[in-house]
Amino acid sequence: MSDLRGDTAVTAGPDAGPVRRARRIDRETAGMLVVPPVLVLLVVAGFVWWRQTADLDATERRQLRWSTVLDQVVQHVQLTVAASVLVVLIAVPLGIMLTRGRLSRFSPLVVGIANIGQSAPSIGLLVLTWIWLNDFGFWSGFRVAVLTLTLYGLLPVLRNTITGLQGVDPALVEAGRGIGMSGPAVLLRVEMPLALPVIMAGVRTSLVLVVGTATLATFINGGGLGSTITSGINLFRFSVMVAGAVLVAALALLVEWLGRVLEVLARPKGL
Amino acid sequence: MTTTEPTATDEARRDISGAEIVLKDVVKRYPGQRTPAVDGLSLTIPAGEIVMFVGPSGCGKTTSLKMINRLIEPTSGTITIDGEDVRGKGENELRRHVGYVIQGGSLFPHMTVEKNIAVVPKLLGWDADRVRERVTELLDLVGLDPDAYRGRYPRELSGGQQQRVGVARGLAADPPVILMDEPFGAVDPITRQRLQDELLSIQRELRKTIVCVTHDIDEAIKLGDRILILREGAEVAQYDSPEMILSAPADDFVADFVGAGSSLKALSLARVGEVELRSPTTARIGESTDEVRRRAEANGDRAVIVLDARDRPVGWPWVRQLKGDQIVAPEEDVVDVDQRATLNDALDTMLSSSHGAAIVTGDRNQYLGVVDFATVTEHVRAMEERAGE
Repeated sequence: MSDLRGDTAVTAGPDAGPVRRARRIDRETAGMLVVPPVLVLLVVAGFVWWRQTADLDATERRQLRWSTVLDQVVQHVQLTVAASVLVVLIAVPLGIMLTRGRLSRFSPLVVGIANIGQSAPSIGLLVLTWIWLNDFGFWSGFRVAVLTLTLYGLLPVLRNTITGLQGVDPALVEAGRGIGMSGPAVLLRVEMPLALPVIMAGVRTSLVLVVGTATLATFINGGGLGSTITSGINLFRFSVMVAGAVLVAALALLVEWLGRVLEVLARPKGL
Repeated sequence: MTTTEPTATDEARRDISGAEIVLKDVVKRYPGQRTPAVDGLSLTIPAGEIVMFVGPSGCGKTTSLKMINRLIEPTSGTITIDGEDVRGKGENELRRHVGYVIQGGSLFPHMTVEKNIAVVPKLLGWDADRVRERVTELLDLVGLDPDAYRGRYPRELSGGQQQRVGVARGLAADPPVILMDEPFGAVDPITRQRLQDELLSIQRELRKTIVCVTHDIDEAIKLGDRILILREGAEVAQYDSPEMILSAPADDFVADFVGAGSSLKALSLARVGEVELRSPTTARIGESTDEVRRRAEANGDRAVIVLDARDRPVGWPWVRQLKGDQIVAPEEDVVDVDQRATLNDALDTMLSSSHGAAIVTGDRNQYLGVVDFATVTEHVRAMEERAGE
């Protein structure tokens, strides 16, 4: 100990360098965190005001009953949450597997399949799956919708998990192994935390895809806000259709915002 | 023989905490390559010494290093640490007892300095208090104030500081053997010199077995108790003390690799602390200026070294610059060299000083004396005479 130089010597000179404190949130991110909820609040408030004050006929009133609208919002959220949870549960472990040793050579293949899942017309995928699975008692409209939405939302999370893990500096992985961490320990404590921001960006993209596509669930009796839109179309009630569309848009904005919040929260300190 | 480190003294031997490493007929052959990367390397690395692996790129020096902690598995041959085959226990278990320091530190960016250092002790199941204590001890050892730095993230540190933390992480579990892979390759020359000095100082205290890969022959000469010069296929060109490698290169390959100006390189062998230092006039803050002027005149000095209350040099003003009744701390920064610095480092410092000399400091930056050109030239002459005998 006595051999060491005093602190003054150590902190002086080019070695000391100006210390930059890590800032977690920049201005752009801050804007993206504040503006959407305000916007959603305004839209919803506008809708409530319109619903209460507008001169609606009997059909419109029936279609836009508060209980109906609320039910559909809840269904829509259920569809989105269920599909997104499944997406994460499937895509993240799959992505991890596809970056480990021997399995990594299958990653182009699997990403390719996921790509097809996403580029196939969502309505076609939905209806075909419905026709295929309808005969089995278990597959209600809701469940088929969740399944299709999951397939549909898989790609962004899978691709970002793979990209995120591949983006971790190999020197850090080797450092972890070199000081005696096991493979799983390096994955859990080094690779995953560092890949998390990229993975969460994928989750956010997937959430937005799913919440939008969930509008189509109504075609196979899966519920959601799509029902309001389609009844508006079927009953030639323009106002009902627009009301449904506006609510879906507001929900999508909100979900996007939630994804961003998650992204910020998941970002490890120090990056 | 060795003038840099007193390896042979009884006192040193008693304190050695390192372990001997023996490589025997070690071969590494990569699939699809005609010639092996390492072709039958046999080597004994004595306990408590620093052995530097040098050689041209692609000579297999890093591969050889990584086979010691099994980051790369040898195709054949055996490696033992303290008599035990490295393949005797699990690779993770092995690596927790072999320190590993990498270029740039390779710190985990999402962990604080404390957490980075604590990884291995935690893997070994130390309790929280012991880990915390150890982190404090290690940060102190590598010259970082524990309270100021333990909670910082790597990106909040300079390159040199990151490298220091990297060294601390390598030392965390007090392993007998430490492997270093180009540890100071990513920092600027001045920081590198300081880190090298500190490594030597840490090594004087701990006496580990350190195996260090470098491409910088000067670094090898400065740090190594022994230097292993490898050519293609990790074939040993020469394995010897720095003095022998400089004065008696085994063949043209070694001579070429060591390069020209070997007497200049020999300056990297001698430490400032080993040559005779001059003692010019010194003054203390608060002393009477007239008195100091008189003293300087009597000594024939045109400049005086100002020391603070703790004997640390704070300035080196010319006598004609002294003003006022009392000596005050000058504004300028003093540039000093540590007594462990090499004559080469000292020469660098002298060249940038208007005094044509450098202030030498010891532990805790205490003033020891001054080294000047004449002293260095004298030393070189003496060395050449010895080599000529």
